[in-house]
Amino acid sequence: MAIAFKSQIPTFFQLKKNTEAHSFLRFPSQRLAVPVGRRFTPMAALSTAPTVGLSETFKRLKNQGKVALIPYITAGDPDLSTTAEALKVLDSCGSDIIELGVPYSDPLADGPVIQAAATRSLARGTNFNAIISMLKEVVPQLSSPIALFSYYNPILKRGVEKFMFTIKDVGVQGLVVPDVPLEETEILRKEATKNGIELVLLTTPTTPIDRMKAIVEAAEGFVYLVSSVGVTGARASVSDRVQTLLQEIKEATTKPVAVGFGISNPEHVKQVAGWGADGVIVGSAMVKVLAEAKSPEEGLKELETFTKSLKAALD
Amino acid sequence: MAISTNHATSLPKTCLPSFTALKVPSKPKNIHLGRPGFKRSSISCNVTEQISTVCNMNGRENDFTTLQRPDSVGRFGQFGGKYVPETLLPALTELEQAFHSLADDEDFQKELGGILRDYVGRESPLYFAERLTEHYRRPNGEGPHLYLKREDLNHTGSHKINNAIGQVLLAKRLGKKRIIAETGAGQHGVATATVCARFGLQCVVYMGAQDMERQALNVFRMRLLGAEVRGVHSGTATLKDATSESIRDWVSNVESTHYILGSVAGPHPYPMMVREFHAVIGKETRRQAMEKWGGKPDVLLACVGGGSNAMGLFHEFVGDSDVRLVGVEAAGHGLDSSKHAATLTLGEVGVLHGAMSYLLQDDEGQIIEPHSISAGLDYPGVGLEHSFLKEKGRAEYHSATDEEALEAFKRVSRLEGIIPALETSHALAYLEKLCPSLPDKTKVVVSCSGRGDKDVHTAIKHLQV
Repeated sequence: MAIAFKSQIPTFFQLKKNTEAHSFLRFPSQRLAVPVGRRFTPMAALSTAPTVGLSETFKRLKNQGKVALIPYITAGDPDLSTTAEALKVLDSCGSDIIELGVPYSDPLADGPVIQAAATRSLARGTNFNAIISMLKEVVPQLSSPIALFSYYNPILKRGVEKFMFTIKDVGVQGLVVPDVPLEETEILRKEATKNGIELVLLTTPTTPIDRMKAIVEAAEGFVYLVSSVGVTGARASVSDRVQTLLQEIKEATTKPVAVGFGISNPEHVKQVAGWGADGVIVGSAMVKVLAEAKSPEEGLKELETFTKSLKAALD
Repeated sequence: MAISTNHATSLPKTCLPSFTALKVPSKPKNIHLGRPGFKRSSISCNVTEQISTVCNMNGRENDFTTLQRPDSVGRFGQFGGKYVPETLLPALTELEQAFHSLADDEDFQKELGGILRDYVGRESPLYFAERLTEHYRRPNGEGPHLYLKREDLNHTGSHKINNAIGQVLLAKRLGKKRIIAETGAGQHGVATATVCARFGLQCVVYMGAQDMERQALNVFRMRLLGAEVRGVHSGTATLKDATSESIRDWVSNVESTHYILGSVAGPHPYPMMVREFHAVIGKETRRQAMEKWGGKPDVLLACVGGGSNAMGLFHEFVGDSDVRLVGVEAAGHGLDSSKHAATLTLGEVGVLHGAMSYLLQDDEGQIIEPHSISAGLDYPGVGLEHSFLKEKGRAEYHSATDEEALEAFKRVSRLEGIIPALETSHALAYLEKLCPSLPDKTKVVVSCSGRGDKDVHTAIKHLQV
């Protein structure tokens, strides 16, 4: 972003002498390096991508005594322009972090709703570059940080390094990869750290305590607690094992914990928040709202209503 | 030709599946647990500590007599791993530990050996294919000697039962009451339904809706045997989707259910376990070869879909550098068409169904639908040990088209009175290319992995007989 203007800096600074020059006048001998950070705003982008990451978001919410609302939608279902609008809707209706799923041909951790969304999206020709282009436009307009949810093979295909760089470049803050267990995460974590991406790790009801401790130590952004033994998909109720699991995790770490899988209505959200979760993730229910709507426009309206109802349960 | 009369009531010890190869490492400690401040970088130190052989390997990287396959974390070089949702990790660890404890368990070995003998009908003959040998004899009278390892004579008609029996016994040990499996051609599904009937366990088989149509006989058989066959309509509705759905079922029912994976693919410890349960094929072959011609096979030839029958035959001989290992994949409509399943020839390394291996994928990393006339070879992945053996140059992989397979199907039926499965026919088809270059009296053992009764409906559509 700022780097593109490197060659023009001397001229630019001459023009901006009266306003920003003071920071350079103080150190006249200092080489005019490309300033990084919030003070230098490239002319081309009038608003900057949110530089607040996942952990920062949780910190802020904790100080306010709030629980994060984290919706998930699949990119490209029904189509990418609807996804772009949906991201804005979710953002403006009280989401604190937004998870965006990259559609994949063999989603092992997903139930029928998200599987179908991925199939539809792929059938429409959704691909990674298109998702990135969309994010490049939309992310600067959002205040919630985005975490991508992607299976491993598409990341490998692109090259882990290139993948991380590309998503960071469009302002993505976090990443969840559900088919890479702790022992296989080394290369992901290395490249994620290099690019300032927070790699979220998952723990589940079958995870033994010792292993859970190793997972939460390595997790970044937040710890994703899978609420049940299974794949994504709305369930009638949230298992009360979640309450015990939350306690166990919180004894092991001060990192924020968000609960996902199966949470599909305001009652669930309230219940999980009441048990001590720092965040609540709602996926299939969101995807279903968009999928079952009569038209994309109606879907967006219903998404708005639904998101607001979930948010209300957290107030 | 000497006919093997060794059908003694007790199998010679060498033919009992023995897991001695797995004694180093013995029970793998779960090195990732119970270590405060666990850091991934400590893993390589652990490997070095535990397996000095691996450390000393630098100059002898290709010494297959000492190479650990897999290593202590379940990898074969870069291939393998456990790329599955976290929910399954404890089950995989439990499975691995249970499997390793069986290496020392005499009762288990005895029970398994007894069932393989009296129920499955092992040992399978090593049959000298006289007319096939004659067919490939050159005008000067020279040519290779062709033998068929008759896995088609096993109960249920293919090699698949070896693994199904082993795994169902393992599942019983773990106290599981429910068994799930994926199936392509239906042979593994039938084998699983069979062992579940034999041992009284609930059985659910996932099968792609497309496959259910082309292998209707096997669908009926599974249902007759008491299994529930669930059609999978998602994705391409073939084997890869059935496998994905099986994994999802397992994720959701892991505490009550054992997943009998049908090939040497999937997350660790499956590739190793499935190979070990099929290793009896190679072990018997070694003994039978010694009996018949006082030596070893020179060439081993097998079809490769996931690669279980090939690994079963090859494994025993991987350390014998003078034995050539040849795998044959499905070229479908041809390697330059987009309709094939030649993963090792045209695929790239990626992660599918829990393991890093070669696979057929598009530019986005989406798994693509392969094609083969034979449902059992119609898989976009391949067993990771095959990927490893190919990379190391220890085994070579070729392919045969649908048409070549159909020709071989007909040829072997006519020349030997054996109707081979269409999968097996791919290996038999490769003889056309292989035999002309083989020196006189080269001993070739072809894995006759299954019988072709299940394929007559497909064959009828394509062949004039």
